[in-house]
Amino acid sequence: MSDIITRYAKPLPEPSAVSAPFWEGLNAGELRLQRCVTCSRYVFYPRSVCPHCLSDRLEWQTASGRGRLYSYTIVRRAMNPAFAADVPYVFAIVELKEGPRVTTNLINCAPEYARVDMPVKAAYDSVTSEIALLKFEPE
Amino acid sequence: MTLKRAAAITGIGEMKPTRSPDGKSTLGIWTDVARHAVLDAGLSIADIDGLLIGQPITEQAQMWPSILGEYLGVHPRYGNVVDLGGASAAGMVWRAAAAIESGLANAVLCVTGEASDVETFYAPRARRSAQQLPYREFEVPYGPMGVNSGYALIAARHMYEYGTTSRQLAKIAVDQRTNACANPDALFYGKPLTVDDVLASPLVVDPLHLLEIVRPCTGGAALVVVSPQLARESSNPPVWLLGAGESSRGMMLSQMDSITTSPITEAAPKAFAMAGVSHKDIDLISVYDCYTITVLVTLEDAGFCAKGKGGPFVEEHDFTWQGDMPLNTHGGQLSFGQPGLAGGMSHVTEAVRQLQHRAGERQVADCEVAFVNGNGGIMSEQVSLVLGIE
Repeated sequence: MSDIITRYAKPLPEPSAVSAPFWEGLNAGELRLQRCVTCSRYVFYPRSVCPHCLSDRLEWQTASGRGRLYSYTIVRRAMNPAFAADVPYVFAIVELKEGPRVTTNLINCAPEYARVDMPVKAAYDSVTSEIALLKFEPE
Repeated sequence: MTLKRAAAITGIGEMKPTRSPDGKSTLGIWTDVARHAVLDAGLSIADIDGLLIGQPITEQAQMWPSILGEYLGVHPRYGNVVDLGGASAAGMVWRAAAAIESGLANAVLCVTGEASDVETFYAPRARRSAQQLPYREFEVPYGPMGVNSGYALIAARHMYEYGTTSRQLAKIAVDQRTNACANPDALFYGKPLTVDDVLASPLVVDPLHLLEIVRPCTGGAALVVVSPQLARESSNPPVWLLGAGESSRGMMLSQMDSITTSPITEAAPKAFAMAGVSHKDIDLISVYDCYTITVLVTLEDAGFCAKGKGGPFVEEHDFTWQGDMPLNTHGGQLSFGQPGLAGGMSHVTEAVRQLQHRAGERQVADCEVAFVNGNGGIMSEQVSLVLGIE
């Protein structure tokens, strides 16, 4: 057994006061989205105003975590060396059942099995003790 | 408001792209191409009263117009950095015309260029203070390959929605390479390509192959936009701005209504309407081509073919300089090289060269009207221009 602690070297999000509930949700294994009280539309990424109607009345709701692969690419060369050990990996956009699209990775799936429009579900990847990234896996 | 014939391009200067800086600095490149453009326009430096500069990608500084103005001896009455990514050069042309139309300036020098190579271009940028930008928080942690992965997402979705094939995309790179083989200044001059060569090149970000992706390099370009009076006094045939349109959307593909349709659908119709010309009047298409998919989406969204029919359209037309639809006759950035924002300006300078009938071996016969499109970000900032000769 090695006692070497491998530090996470990839870029990490720096949650803001506005986005903190989203990241806290991921740590709790839950996808939370903002929903506009005024126009009822879901909002992602987290904002202080609704990009559809400029209302500042946004409330957090727990989302289904279900969606479809809107598009994907297999990254075969890492631009950031921190991702070099991961290639080939799937960089993707998922369209959530609630409407918004999110940038993500498809995991627990060999890259060659990825297909546009395939159903996927949220997978919470705790990359550090403070941050879990929102990734997706085949439904 | 119209900018039709409000101003004309009379001079251009462009550096032959090189794979690496070879000791050149960005400021040195700007100075060189700016000097050539001013001399080509038949002006003296004292005539220049406007200065537009494209934000370098690999170098950070503030007040670029003052830095270059001081170096060149230009005292601008109108100066700006234009920050539209690859659309900056096309965006400069109409901004210069608008400044001239409103009496702010008579002769606007527009400058782009970059001393960079593949290594410096792709090196992780210095961490800057603006950490809480949304794309850093919600995109960068997932490992995008710069903008390559964004265009790959567009291509993959386009294939899904419309049945576009890699073979169709590859044909764009091949026709442009044929053009580059008639342009001794092109980075890939003398290196013809076949569709099979493109498809045999390594996949970098599926479905895009290496030869469908632009190559960052060193180079620069500048042009001079002048008032109608100065245009009439010019020894070069004035290339008139006939129409312009601009439209932008955000940074992240995830935030766009559709990633396969771009704001060119708004920019191009404005340019055509202002110019009072239709697609059949266009003798040269000179459009931004950071990737093959960029050209295909541009042709659709600018109305040269129906949405989704870009694939068959590419197969049906010959984009070489002697073909039925000359497109990116300098080779496009895919074969000419992408020296920072000067890559975007290469589409303007090539249109000027063709319209002034000084394109040499690759001259398009009877070239009178050109359509130019600049594209920034990931199909975000879009500037369409219609340029014409008397």
